[in-house]
Amino acid sequence: MNNILVAKEVSKQFGNHIALNKVSLEIPKNSIYGLLGPNGAGKTTLIRIINQIIYPDQGAIYFDGKPLQPHHISMIGYLPEERGLYKSMKVGEQALYLAQLKGLSKADAKSRLKYWFDRLEIGDWWNKKIQELSKGMAQKIQFIVTVLHEPKLLIFDEPFSGFDPINANLIKDEILQLRDKGTTIIFSTHRMESVEELCEYIALIHKSEKLLDGKLSDIKKAYKNNIYKVGLGVQSTNGLLEDLKDKFHILSSEYVDGGIQLNFTVQLPSDDTGPFLSHLSGKANVNNFTETIPSANDIFIRTVQTK
Amino acid sequence: MGKLSLIIKREYLAKVRNKSFVVMTFLSPILMVGMVALVVYLTKINDNEIRTIGVLNESNYFSTDFQGTESTSFVKIRDIDLEAAKDSVQKIGFYGLLYIPDEPDLEKVASRSFFYTKDSPGSNILDNLEDVFEDRLRLRRLQELGVSVSDFESVGNNFEINTANFSGEQNLKGITEIKAFIGGAFGYLIMMFIIIYGGFVMRSVIEEKTTRIIEVIISSVKPFQLMLGKIIGTSLAGVTQFAIWIISAILMFGVLILVFDIDPSGLNSGASNAPGLVGGAAYMAASDSAMQLYANELFRIPWIMLITFFLIYFILGYLIYSSIYAAIGAAVDNETDTQQFIFPIILPLMLAIYVGFFSVFNNPHGPIAVAFSLFPLTSPIVMLMRLPGGIGEGGVPIWEVAVSILLLIVTFIGIVWLAAKIYRVGILMYGKKPSYRDLLKWLKY
Repeated sequence: MNNILVAKEVSKQFGNHIALNKVSLEIPKNSIYGLLGPNGAGKTTLIRIINQIIYPDQGAIYFDGKPLQPHHISMIGYLPEERGLYKSMKVGEQALYLAQLKGLSKADAKSRLKYWFDRLEIGDWWNKKIQELSKGMAQKIQFIVTVLHEPKLLIFDEPFSGFDPINANLIKDEILQLRDKGTTIIFSTHRMESVEELCEYIALIHKSEKLLDGKLSDIKKAYKNNIYKVGLGVQSTNGLLEDLKDKFHILSSEYVDGGIQLNFTVQLPSDDTGPFLSHLSGKANVNNFTETIPSANDIFIRTVQTK
Repeated sequence: MGKLSLIIKREYLAKVRNKSFVVMTFLSPILMVGMVALVVYLTKINDNEIRTIGVLNESNYFSTDFQGTESTSFVKIRDIDLEAAKDSVQKIGFYGLLYIPDEPDLEKVASRSFFYTKDSPGSNILDNLEDVFEDRLRLRRLQELGVSVSDFESVGNNFEINTANFSGEQNLKGITEIKAFIGGAFGYLIMMFIIIYGGFVMRSVIEEKTTRIIEVIISSVKPFQLMLGKIIGTSLAGVTQFAIWIISAILMFGVLILVFDIDPSGLNSGASNAPGLVGGAAYMAASDSAMQLYANELFRIPWIMLITFFLIYFILGYLIYSSIYAAIGAAVDNETDTQQFIFPIILPLMLAIYVGFFSVFNNPHGPIAVAFSLFPLTSPIVMLMRLPGGIGEGGVPIWEVAVSILLLIVTFIGIVWLAAKIYRVGILMYGKKPSYRDLLKWLKY
């Protein structure tokens, strides 16, 4: 089994509102999987179904090859978008309680908490009350509690919302290390930049339906449309541009540096760049030639618009 | 089970460590006893004040009848007319002026007499004055009829019928009321417990929603487990609090009785004031044997049965109501939104108490009492008021108890199931004040 989690045609309806419509996913082991989509697309519903907080109307979820069962809860770590802690409880007590709810023994939970508290340099917070902590401090606790029971699958719903940049980086590094240790991580977010950075696989959910999913690099390959950025060194405006415009699909162009540099973007009929380059040879110096790869954001917008 | 006990433990500790809970636990008995002490003290002050009443007696009667008592004294006023007497009494600051006009015959004197006061007079003073007139008039009429005073007293005017149940056991007057009162106390206890600790459950659920920890928790445990753990933990805290209250109340009243030197038996003697001229010793003996009978009767109340049923009705009733409270807490975002839902819960509780006090006390096995002791939302309170009379012959029929408990259990399962559904959906809903229609919709999710 190479997939830690498989969803098969999962549907969920709340009253008249369809939250998920036959969504199928395959989440490979040991990957970082981005669950993308605008607010209200159905991401949180899907995550809640995976966490067995709510149950699907139709379809099934398989965890590590077996139908999802209550005991799988201890193998999943979940950091919800709406997250908080008991205000009047002490940090250590609270972390112990939450860890024990996930099935850890008290002694086990204690020693692991010690490790994490030292690691994130918050060892002296043990006896503080949550209401004495700042928001960023509380978020560190929430992160620790989520990963403490060493789950096989970690689910972060908008993990960086509300984190300050320093903590966000710290948490990002920790997440990458967890991935390196073999944990699978699901990221749910509508912020595409963090996706480009971290995710190996993505799925796009929009209006309760999955629009596309797969390896991010494959998707990008599929979505690239042979657009290249070209920079030519030219002697003068000697009609080269007009010649090119006749033969190729030039999207935009401009002369810079007083007319000795021509920058343009061109869309080629296929990914075979040979004919284009040989057409240029002898006519101008090719200073730069790069393929523009669509960003996740571009792909997202294009997919949603064509739908 | 492990997770449930973890939740119960946390809820219990969170509750009993809460500062306001601790303060309430130790302050309430002091406040209660303090209030009783204050009332006793004020009553004593009130009684110590001697009221002086001026008596302007122009008639030939009543010359020696108005004798001062502990709380009133009479001052005779002579040789001035009514208006002047009123003026001077008011100036001196007397409580009032009793005016007895000069008329040829007693009846007329009595009917034309007036009692003038600044404000409307206290009822005990009026009673005193009226007693004097009544005695005098009665004596007069007896004389007219030719009956001597001693003959009249030997006639006696008090009669109490002997009562017994069909198997011949003698009943004591008032024991039904005492029994109903004991049942009422149990019922009242249940109602107070539900209102106080149901509210705690509700606030605890709201707290989990507002701090947004709820989703973290229910990704580890089932919402139903959380709800149940919360209810059990909170009620254990409540039981602890009640135990502390009862123990400290007993201690405090002990202290109070010592400090204020209240004679506990004195509280009863007023009610059983025997008429006639029974000798002091005989009177004491009589009241002692009556006390003995009452004590026997109280011992004969089936306490073990009563406490067993108290626990059954208490647990089931409390679980029903507190799961409704939990569902309400889950449905709303803050406490101010709870009002519209709380009223319908309090209603059957209040109804049960009022029906209990007004109907069940008078007629413990009448149709109203039976109906309300079967209806599951009122039965925990009303049935407990009926049960001190016993079960079976002479008491609550066995089938009624069985049906009542059965209905309670069925309702318990149904309500907890519904509440758990509302709870499960509600805890994840933010930002919208739900209507009853929304709640109905949630049941289908």
